[in-house]
Formats: sequence, C-alpha cells, structure tokens
Amino acid sequence: MNERVRVTSGLPAAFLASGSSFTDFLGESAPHLLPGRRALPPHVAGDLAPTATTIVAATYPGGVVMGGDRRATMGNYIAQRDIQKVYASDEFSVVGIAGSAGIAIEMIRLFTVELEHFEKIEGTTLSLDGKANRLATMIRGNLGAAMQGLAVVPLFAGIDPESADPARPGRIFSYDVTGGVYEEFGYASIGSGSMFAKSALKKVWAPDRDREATVRAIVESLYDAADDDSATGGPDLVRRLFPTLYAVTAEGAARVPEDEVVAVAEAVIAERSSGHRTD
Amino acid sequence: MTMPFYASVEQIMRDRSELARKGIARGRSVAVLSYAGGVLFIAETQNASTALRKVSEIYDRIGFAAVGRYSEFDNLRTAGIRLADMRGYSYDRRDVSGRQLANSYAHALNSIFTEQQKPYEVEICVAEVGKSQSSDQLYRITYDGSIADERNFVIMGGQAEAMTLTLRGIYRADLSLAEAIELGVRALASVGGNNGEPRQLPTDQLEVAILDRDRPLRAFKRIAGPALEALLTSDTPVGAPFEGVAEGATEDAAGDAAPLLDPHPGQPPAMPRPDDPVATGDTDADEPAAADDSTAGAAGSDPDSSGSA
Repeated sequence: MNERVRVTSGLPAAFLASGSSFTDFLGESAPHLLPGRRALPPHVAGDLAPTATTIVAATYPGGVVMGGDRRATMGNYIAQRDIQKVYASDEFSVVGIAGSAGIAIEMIRLFTVELEHFEKIEGTTLSLDGKANRLATMIRGNLGAAMQGLAVVPLFAGIDPESADPARPGRIFSYDVTGGVYEEFGYASIGSGSMFAKSALKKVWAPDRDREATVRAIVESLYDAADDDSATGGPDLVRRLFPTLYAVTAEGAARVPEDEVVAVAEAVIAERSSGHRTD
Repeated sequence: MTMPFYASVEQIMRDRSELARKGIARGRSVAVLSYAGGVLFIAETQNASTALRKVSEIYDRIGFAAVGRYSEFDNLRTAGIRLADMRGYSYDRRDVSGRQLANSYAHALNSIFTEQQKPYEVEICVAEVGKSQSSDQLYRITYDGSIADERNFVIMGGQAEAMTLTLRGIYRADLSLAEAIELGVRALASVGGNNGEPRQLPTDQLEVAILDRDRPLRAFKRIAGPALEALLTSDTPVGAPFEGVAEGATEDAAGDAAPLLDPHPGQPPAMPRPDDPVATGDTDADEPAAADDSTAGAAGSDPDSSGSA
C-alpha cells in the first residue's frame, strides 16, 4: 500500500517527505544541482577558475559590518574587476567569500535558498549558530574539490537576538576548508590579503566604536590589503569601483550606501596621499 | 487487498466527493481578497497564536491559503515551497509563477483524488500579487484537482457559498487594507450566528497576512497582534463606511470612507485610492449585531451547503 501511495500521489515522494532543509531535499530529488557532488578528474584544477580574495568583518555596538574588495584573479590575470563577494544571506546575516569564485557563488546561492526555505517551511528562522553550522556542512561537502585546488572559504556574520550581551548582538564566524567553524571575537578577515587587512584592522578596531568608525576601519583595512597583496583590488578611481560593504543591525541586513563608501574611500586615499609616504 | 464488490466509477467518485466536501465544510473558512495594495488573506482559526497555520508564504510574490485537514494541506504547502524554491534555484527567481504552481497542485490533487482510496479533504488557493491590481492572480484548486482562475476574491471552507454572496455584495476593487480586512472579516462572520445574525470574530481567532505589492522581493507579511488590532479598530466601526450608502451612491460616499485612509503607525502603506470610488451594490444598511460568544465555534452546522466543488 505504501508503495502505491508513493507512486501515485501526483508529486514525487521527495516533495512530500518531511524535513525542512532545501539541501537535503535537493540531494534526494536533484543531486546534480548540489555543489560538491560532481566527480572531478584527478588533477589540480586551481588554475582554471578565478579566485576571489580579501573579506573583512568587524562588530560594533548594535551590529556588524562586512566588506570585500572587488577583484577576482586567475594566476597573474585580473579575471574580474567588479565582482561582488559579500552578500546578504537572509534578513539578519551576511556572508563573504574567498576562494574559487564560481563554486563559492553557487554555494552562497544555495545557502541563501536554504535559509529562506527553512524559514518558510518552519515559520521561524534558524538560530545564528544553526545558520553557521549549515554553512559548515556545505564547506565540508566541498572538501574533495578543495584538495584539487578549488577551495571555498567563507566568512559569516550576523545578528544574534539571543546574544549573551544584548548590546552587542553582532557575531562573526570563520571557517577552514574542512568545514571547521570558529567564532571570532570582534573582527576577522579571510583570503589572500587577510594577513595585511587583519593587521591593519587590529590597530584601529575597538569594541565601542560606532558604525561610521567601523565602516572606515573596514575600508582602510581593505586598502592596506590591496597595497600589499596583488590579488586584492583597491579602490578603482578610474572605473569608480569601490569595496562592497554590508551592515547588519536589528533592523536587518543592508548594503552600506555607495555614496557613503565612496566618501570614506576618498577620505582614506586623500589622507594617505597627503603624507607623501615613500615606503 | 481484497476485491471489493462492483461499484460504478460514478458512484465511487460521488462517494469520494461527498467525503471531501463534508470534511472541508466542517472547518472554518478562509477569505483571500485582492485590494489596492496587494492581496489579503484572512483565516478564521481556533487560536491564531498557534503554529498550525492556514496561510503561508510560498515564494517572493506567491502566497498560499488552505482549508480542510491540516496534515494534508500542510503536505501540499511544503511541496509547493519545495517546487518553487527548486525552480527558482535552478533557473531564476523571476521564473517562478503562481500559474505553474497552481497547475502542479491541480495535477497532484487530481491524481490523489482518482487513484487513492481517500481523497484529500482540502481546498487551496494560490495567490500571486502582480505589479498592478489587474494582474493579481487568484487560483482556487479543489480536492479533485479542478482549478479555477478567480477574479477579485476567493472564499473557501464551511458555508463558503453564503459568505461569497455576502462579499460579492460589498466588494470593491479599490479597497484600502483596513477596508479589505473589514470586509473580509464581515464576510467570514456573516454565517453561523444565531438566527442568521452575523457573529463577532475576536482578533485572536484571525490569522491575517498580506502580499504587499510595494514590497521588493518577498512580498509576504503577517499582520498580527497590535498591528492587526489597530487595523480592525480603526476610526470607523465595522460596517459604518457603508451605512446608508445605497446603490448608485454619489461621490459623497468617499467622504464616509475617508477616515480609513489615515495611515496607522507601523502599518504597511496602503495605496492611495482613485479620486472617485463608486460604492457598488451595497444595500446592507444593518449594523451587524454582536453575536453570542458561544456561537463562535458553531460554524458548519450544515455540511451539505458547502461552497466547494
């Protein structure tokens, strides 16, 4: 009888199964759509696809800001100058990507649908830790590709309404290629320019600085990363391309307005040029 | 399975229809209305704070409402969300449409009705909010997979036919949100009271949600608690804007309805109404009398008068 119900209900069984994860559902009904499920030929493929680089995030009282540069590279080539690496994954979280751009963007799309799917089916959102762990599962699924040079490493940040300190709801999570999740205190950076960005951020970040100061610190640290890392793009005054920044507060995740970023970036450039530094 | 005695196909289908119709008529009703600012869902429930919901978001511009057996329509709701999300993920968000979802539901319900022992005792409505009110789409899909493309509004559930008649008399296309809620609640309350009098529906038994035309991307929004209270107890008491407005009313009627246009703090903006609304066909000048509270759960005493099928 069971058999009969499964075949004749008009919709494939996976559509009527219980569960609220979109990834699990895709794995049942259309596994070819999942990143990390494809068989790869056994040689290193890292040089074939563009990679995205530096992402920085920092918390401030009331929220968290994440920013990313706009450059994607393939070896010594600049593959794209205006790539977007930071996305709002749902109303109260953002995610930035470093690593193999194509796989990373696919993963972010899936992650975004995953969060929305859960919200629609369950009628409530996942906890922030739940979202962070869900992303870790996706990274873990990509380990095979990562070992062949197509690694994806995201940075995840959001607002936790159940945070221990209600005045500081912003939290940041970083990952490694094996899917390890690590909560970061205050600020974090990933990607090829992360060493420089993090060092720069370390000097200017303080827990009690406001949103404006935090936005400035992020833009400045990306500038420093671009200064020393060829795979990170600085503000491009010729093409008017500036970093992508997102801020998450209790009101939701929103892109920091372009005008504001441009003004901050121009201020940073003006300050740096006025010093006539020769180092 | 044992072989049953011979029964004609007609008889089998009739029996299944009757079963489904009785099941649907036992439940409380849902109204779906297109109004100036979007599409409104109002469901009468036992307890609106419960997680067992009749109205749900399916996709960016698509909402879902259902009556009947909860486990069955929740199955369909989940399947619809999966269908829409999968399509949006493999193509693009813009490639998900209410029409295609309604078709899938119709196919599924039809197969279940013809091939399974027991049909689903559900009736569902798939609503898609358009760029303008004329492109709003409301699809009603019944237990046997029949699908109808409805204009303006859909009412499903116990006594839906009588409620539809009530709403048809008072519905206008250019309703504001507060007016649409008021009319919807009035229609739902119009049946099931003592001696044919309207019932009083407490706020905590209403599940209200909208697809807001002006909201970018995800249009679905629930209205509950104080926000709903504010809309329901707006300046004009229930029934007042239409009091004394006879057929062929002049523009004076617009003055009566004006208080409803006052924006309520924290409410989604209602679209401004055109300058000369014409009240149509409202001859119901009676003030709805407050019904006995004990009658609130007495809906559906006559299962055979269900408006489904």
